[in-house]
Amino acid sequence: MASVSTNQFKRGLKFMMDNAPCSIVENEIVKPGKGQAFNRVKIRNLITGRVVEKTFKSGESVESADVIDTEMQYLYTDGEEWHFMDPETFEQISADETAIGDEKKWLKEQDIVTVTLWDGRLISVTPPNHVILLVSQTDPGIKGDTATGATKPATLETGAVVMVPLFVNEGDPLKIDTRTGDYISRARD
Amino acid sequence: MSADWQPTAPIENLKKRARILQQIRAFFLQRDVLEVDTPTLSHAGLSEPNIESFQTTEAFYLHTSPEFPMKRLLAAGSGSIYQIAKVFRQGESGRNHNPEFTLLEWYRVGWCYRELMDEIVELITIILGTEQLNQPPERLTYCDAFTHYLSIDPLTVSSDELARCAEEQGIMMNTPEGMNREAWLDLLFAEKIQPNLGRGHITFIYDYPAEQASLARLKPDNSNLAERFELFVEGMELGNGFGELTDAKEQRQRFEHDLLVRGERNAPKPLLDENFLAALESGMPDASGVAIGIDRLVMAALGAGSIEAVIAFPMECS
Repeated sequence: MASVSTNQFKRGLKFMMDNAPCSIVENEIVKPGKGQAFNRVKIRNLITGRVVEKTFKSGESVESADVIDTEMQYLYTDGEEWHFMDPETFEQISADETAIGDEKKWLKEQDIVTVTLWDGRLISVTPPNHVILLVSQTDPGIKGDTATGATKPATLETGAVVMVPLFVNEGDPLKIDTRTGDYISRARD
Repeated sequence: MSADWQPTAPIENLKKRARILQQIRAFFLQRDVLEVDTPTLSHAGLSEPNIESFQTTEAFYLHTSPEFPMKRLLAAGSGSIYQIAKVFRQGESGRNHNPEFTLLEWYRVGWCYRELMDEIVELITIILGTEQLNQPPERLTYCDAFTHYLSIDPLTVSSDELARCAEEQGIMMNTPEGMNREAWLDLLFAEKIQPNLGRGHITFIYDYPAEQASLARLKPDNSNLAERFELFVEGMELGNGFGELTDAKEQRQRFEHDLLVRGERNAPKPLLDENFLAALESGMPDASGVAIGIDRLVMAALGAGSIEAVIAFPMECS
């Protein structure tokens, strides 16, 4: 099994801990001038999403994780599983809610997303930074009111609820930032 | 186009850094301490188990500090000397570390380590100012620091007790079974004591356990302790000093012990510095010496959060 030394630790490095793939969130060197060196590391478990802080003796090795990020097309959900397809090989893969998590509300059929695979398993999904989604329900729009900055909730086709300006109508396509969940603009199509 | 050619430190910080170097040189000029210059490339390496030298293809080492040749100068009758040198330590990279860094090292002939601490306070106060150092320096023995912050006597505590203390303090070790007494002490000191030190003043931690003597002589009245001190500002280790060991025989024994430790760890075993040992043999005068990290001193003076803010080109973009 391939291993990684603490000397190679850096943000984003993936390795195995407690039989689960993990990602380094933060790596800090602790070294008294004449003393031994340690790495204090914040680690995210990619299966459970939990973040823990652990200290390693510098020079220790950990087992590397066979984790790959790849682009796939989101196909559909049957309510229990979410289905994705490799646009080149047309191979399909699915995952349940634990892996998809909160990101399900940004998944629009046909969109290309980044999926993280480990051991052939889909363990997380990162939607594009910006997505365009239709408004499925909101209070009727108020014409001409573009200046007050007042907002109202709108439910989008994926079930996500975002705060939008008063002039937005049902059926409008909206550009949303998936990292913050913020409304950016009305999309022209 | 990539902006990687740009310095990581703002030019403004580099100007302040240059000014601090001028202040240091003025300080020693005024006190008649001689500026010296010793080789960066050395035939001999450093045996200390926790510091790793860079080696060149032609069997030279890049020095990790100018200590040995400076002591050869002391033995040759130089009197008190100082040096500002670029030094190199493999694998030391991070917020407060760059593998190539600048050390200010000086030796006071005939002074005891307490007198040297007083001079350090004078120099650091000039550089940091009395607004930042608004309280008199704090002096704590290594033992008192452990008693005060962790209720532990570091001279007698067992490895198991240290492991428990670390756990209580919220430290989660990946492989606790790989830790020994010394490793636990290093870790607890760095993580749970050091962050409290040097807040509004300079803190000296002194009289380290004999196992951590490095190149300090043991205290004449207590051979469990060594005349070694470290200084801290803003939770950062700034320097390390000794009442210098001048006994050639004891020095060789310590080197050989270092090599044993390195052997156990399968670490490289460098050639010992026979010229340095010969200088001690011929007689080095009693002296105290200290090495201070200039980059960290500049960080403290500028309130910089990272060493990159005070170095033009850190290792990754050298």
